[in-house]
Amino acid sequence: MPLSSADFAAIWLTLKLASLTTVILLLVGTPIALWLAHTRSRLRGPIGAIVALPLVLPPTVIGFYLLLAMGPHGYVGQLTQAMGLGTLTFSFAGLVIGSVIYSMPFVVQPLQNAFTAIGPRPLEVAATLRANPWDCFFTVVLPLARPGFITAAILGFAHTVGEFGVVLMIGGNIPEKTRVVSVQIYDHVEALEYAQAHWLAGAMVVFSFLVLLALYSSRKSQSTWS
Amino acid sequence: MSSHITVRLQLSYSGFSLDLDVQLPGKGVTALFGHSGSGKTTCLRCIAGLERAEHAFVQINDEVWQDSHNKLFVPVHKRSLGYIFQEASLFPHLSVRANLEFGLSRIPRQARRVELAHAADLLGITHLLERAPNHLSGGERQRVGIARALLTSPKLLLMDEPLAALDSQRKAEILPYLERLHAELDIPVLYVSHSQDEVARLADHIVLLSEGKALASGPIGDILARLDLPLSQGDDAGVVIEGTVCEYDAQYQLLTLQLPNSTQCLRVAHAPLAVGQALRVKVQARDISLSLHRSEHSSILNSLQATFISETATDNQAHVLVRLDIAGSALLARITRYSRDQLDLQPGQSIWLQIKSVAVLA
Repeated sequence: MPLSSADFAAIWLTLKLASLTTVILLLVGTPIALWLAHTRSRLRGPIGAIVALPLVLPPTVIGFYLLLAMGPHGYVGQLTQAMGLGTLTFSFAGLVIGSVIYSMPFVVQPLQNAFTAIGPRPLEVAATLRANPWDCFFTVVLPLARPGFITAAILGFAHTVGEFGVVLMIGGNIPEKTRVVSVQIYDHVEALEYAQAHWLAGAMVVFSFLVLLALYSSRKSQSTWS
Repeated sequence: MSSHITVRLQLSYSGFSLDLDVQLPGKGVTALFGHSGSGKTTCLRCIAGLERAEHAFVQINDEVWQDSHNKLFVPVHKRSLGYIFQEASLFPHLSVRANLEFGLSRIPRQARRVELAHAADLLGITHLLERAPNHLSGGERQRVGIARALLTSPKLLLMDEPLAALDSQRKAEILPYLERLHAELDIPVLYVSHSQDEVARLADHIVLLSEGKALASGPIGDILARLDLPLSQGDDAGVVIEGTVCEYDAQYQLLTLQLPNSTQCLRVAHAPLAVGQALRVKVQARDISLSLHRSEHSSILNSLQATFISETATDNQAHVLVRLDIAGSALLARITRYSRDQLDLQPGQSIWLQIKSVAVLA
């Protein structure tokens, strides 16, 4: 057996983290993307820039500030302590929060592009046909933006799987709690277990390729609004 | 129950302001007519609630949709209206039938006055129901859009240049359907257009818009014949008359139309129609010539006696525009200033006019 039980635990933890992060991001990212696509507010620029920050910042920078914020002296840390939850650093919940922030642009941007491409007209048409805003979202926006949602989910999931720097900063390396695949590979290399590292690293390459293959082959004919 | 539409709108953005206060009939077709940039579409969007005017009062028959004094703004989806956009804007992810059912299914059963089969039949789209919108022609898409709006059983139909995006062949394909709508359904229509031909064919009432203000509002026969409005200045100035069929000459295929409140008749080349049926014709000012005596032995079919009312200058120094009256129906004639001086016309004078051609609007 090329993979140890510790490796499997890391894979399982990674998939759990990526799935949970993707679900949360779709729920949180959709209203943000809707707002960014339709607002005329002056805050559109600043909010858009904040959402895009993780694209350019080194993960260690994000991880560092999250560590400070969620640590015992940070605002978030004091809040969670006051609520009796302890601190979120070096916990799975902390990793989820870090991943949500880290992968945010990979979900919000495809959604925002999809909503912008739909434009305001279908929403106006739906309103003149008596659909209230919620009805309109579920019966018009959701189906028309489906390719955008698929892209957003795949990119959000894949990007979270590939996370390393943020995890190391706020999660450390606790087996079955915060030790994800990328950290496990790092550990193998540190311990000079190159064969073990190969198996996991190779699996990551194959996984990433398959995800991107699925993404790019599904983009054949995106429906256009006429 | 009052049967009228009241629209008071005040709205301004940078470089444009709309200031409108009109009362329109609560039935028939009212055209909002003007050049692009005159505020027609903005006005329609404000009435629909798609745009929100700062100060507005919008009442459709007995329903108030917006009253900014009382902070009342009924959201678009709660207004009983049908809106036809310039491009049909069908939902691409739904079949034609599902597009039609989109609005229909959101109307309570007891409020439905138009059935899907009837609307599809009225607009000639029954054979397209199972198709996807991107497999339809532009004209077909627009007909589906109109049927979709009708199926919400609206109390007001708003049409924003529904024919503007179509070529002349497609326009000709849709116009008869719009006329059927006008004739068969009792829904008031606000129709935005910059085409005088469309307006002449469809509208009963017209609001003339220019730079966000209403220059005039009234029955189409009156407005088109008014010398003080820019409509009469153009090359295609003319009037619309609704005559009553009183005879058909099968040998020469000529229809005789009696002018309203008059014993005088117009003869036009047309397919047979039942006696008593109303028919709209447009008489262009440039197609009328005047003379002091009745001209016999002419190829011109229509020679009518009218009263000279007034005249005005035109955009062209050589011509004047003359307003004539036949038993309350106004006509315009564009003649040369030279001819005017030769005829020496006085208000109230009786005169003969020859009409070179009459365009049937149907």
